[in-house]
Amino acid sequence: MSEVLERPAVSETPVTPLVKMRDVGVTFVTRDRTVHAVNGVDIDLAAGEVLCILGESGSGKSVTMRALMRLLPKFARVSGSIEVAGRDVMAMDEGKLQDFRGGDVAMIFQEPMTALDPVFTIGRQIAETVQRHEGVSRAAADARALELLELVQIPSAKRRLAAYPHELSGGLRQRAMIAVALACRPKLLLADEPTTALDATVQIQVLLLLRRLQEQLGMGVIFVTHDLGVAGEIADRVAVMYAGKVVEGGPVGALMQGPLHPYPRGLLGATVHPGMRGKRLTTIPGAPPSLETAPTTCPFAPRCPEAEPACLEEQGPAPRRPVPGRMARCVRVPAAG
Amino acid sequence: MSIAQSTQEDRGGPAQPLLIVQDLKKHFPIKGGMFGATVATVRAVDGVSFAVRKGETLGIVGESGCGKSTTARLLMRLMDPDAGSLVFDGEGVGQSTQTGGLALKEYRRQVQMVFQDSYASLNPRLPIEDSIAFAPKVHGVPDAEARSRARDLLAAVGLAPATFARRYPHELSGGQRQRVNIARALALQPRLVLLDEPVSALDKSVEAQVLNLLVDLKEKFGLTYVFISHDLNVVQYISDRVLVMYLGEVAEMGPVDAIYDRPAHPYTQALLASRPSMDPGKRRMEPPLTGDPPNPINPPSGCRFRTRCPFAEAVCADRKPVAADLGGGHLAACHMAAPGSGHSRAGRLAA
Repeated sequence: MSEVLERPAVSETPVTPLVKMRDVGVTFVTRDRTVHAVNGVDIDLAAGEVLCILGESGSGKSVTMRALMRLLPKFARVSGSIEVAGRDVMAMDEGKLQDFRGGDVAMIFQEPMTALDPVFTIGRQIAETVQRHEGVSRAAADARALELLELVQIPSAKRRLAAYPHELSGGLRQRAMIAVALACRPKLLLADEPTTALDATVQIQVLLLLRRLQEQLGMGVIFVTHDLGVAGEIADRVAVMYAGKVVEGGPVGALMQGPLHPYPRGLLGATVHPGMRGKRLTTIPGAPPSLETAPTTCPFAPRCPEAEPACLEEQGPAPRRPVPGRMARCVRVPAAG
Repeated sequence: MSIAQSTQEDRGGPAQPLLIVQDLKKHFPIKGGMFGATVATVRAVDGVSFAVRKGETLGIVGESGCGKSTTARLLMRLMDPDAGSLVFDGEGVGQSTQTGGLALKEYRRQVQMVFQDSYASLNPRLPIEDSIAFAPKVHGVPDAEARSRARDLLAAVGLAPATFARRYPHELSGGQRQRVNIARALALQPRLVLLDEPVSALDKSVEAQVLNLLVDLKEKFGLTYVFISHDLNVVQYISDRVLVMYLGEVAEMGPVDAIYDRPAHPYTQALLASRPSMDPGKRRMEPPLTGDPPNPINPPSGCRFRTRCPFAEAVCADRKPVAADLGGGHLAACHMAAPGSGHSRAGRLAA
């Protein structure tokens, strides 16, 4: 396959993790109201690892990703520390950020039609990114664009270089967006529900492609999804978010088999999967909190079937690590094994 | 409960299917050129036939562009079919009542629809109680009665009337709005409810609530459902029979267990194999299908799935497969399922 894109053989294990987010909070302040969208999120990602952030709408998963790339609007107040590959993202000025975005970190979105520019061809959009970040000639950039389209398995790639986004089907458009994102060999790929709008037979193709590219290029990937099945297909580790907090984190297999926190447990029970016919689905009663005030105690307690008085006493609640590598913010989980 | 009492009488008897759909077609012309001539035709629904039995849930699955939503709109007669007929409980829909037909207005009272976008299908300027009472009033129910029926229905879908009746759609969450839409659909005491992706826009925990509600309401009011979705797991959960559509045609149809355990059409097989597994130990290495569904403007000749089918042969391009009967109401439109079709994998004709 394309050698230009192969990473140099895995370098010495980096001492610093690829991503280190500590106590990140995001508050949206407008004249009418204040929304505490993210409330103290810690995320670590090793190089070459795939982390899925799993959560329902309003859980703060997309906002966390945008905070990591400093893509949030001006009225968003971001606190905490964010480091990517040892660099302090919060301290970057606009010029540094422009090099950082697209260079070290790239992002793909749910809706490729709005992420791609409708008036430029696919080839031009990829080549532009390469020229901007690597300062190569136009011819070299065009050659790279072709290689990238082949890398993301777009059939008859040469012809498709001259295609405009509207001329491509949904699946090909999503592949083209992935090609733009990979143009500068990012160390970290952020994927915000990239397969949600796709049909079932196309979704699995794109998931398998992302997994293969991640292994081939050795990228770290943070993948945001609301779909447990998608997480099961692609993740190494999963972080479950609720009301702007990571309520549970751990390896995907262990989490899918036996979640520690009642919220992912409820989510697994509520997800329809084969073999549930005729049985009543377990539901999570009620709805997520409004987040107009930042939650101080467990935000899930009002909907939790196992809530007890202690849930409304402990601040946080503090993370518990009963098994190495697993974490849950629930007072009922034993502190350490 | 007062709402349940006055359901429509069963005219055709239990064996008569509630709705028979015969050879339904809808083509959309694409205009172009200097004089606006028709330059191409989208064959959105191209000869679809099926029956909905009384009291069952028929699931319709397929990918985008397969014609499942157009089918729903045709069933509701929100658009007129180019060809084909609907027979509702033995009476021809839209035909003269003199000759044993059923007037459209009367048909629409007995068939109601719930849409995917819960916000777009409610009037933003009406309190939800008024939205629910609107259709009964149009059909001649006195105001006070329509209103009390609306409140009963709100209670039936799990929204306390005292708290919610006077609220506007924007004051509700997505799950609550979809409950209102279900109540609105039930206000005319329909016998058949068309559900077009009713839970696709909802979060998983809310989706489960709405699915449980749909199961309860079906039992309580003796309803029949046509449930359209792209989510194979949800369709398997809720349906009694399943119809798989591909590019405007029925690929396979049958009882839910037959479709999910013994899929005969290669498209159904691929669709089922495309489901994410939830089990990281069983990850797939190769995608079951490559490419996107083709454009329904110029569908392939013969079998429409042949361009993506791993088993396609010459016969698939030459002849359109007829639905082969696999027993127990399980039909598959594939040459491999039809003995003697000429496909190398088809069984021999029994001597």
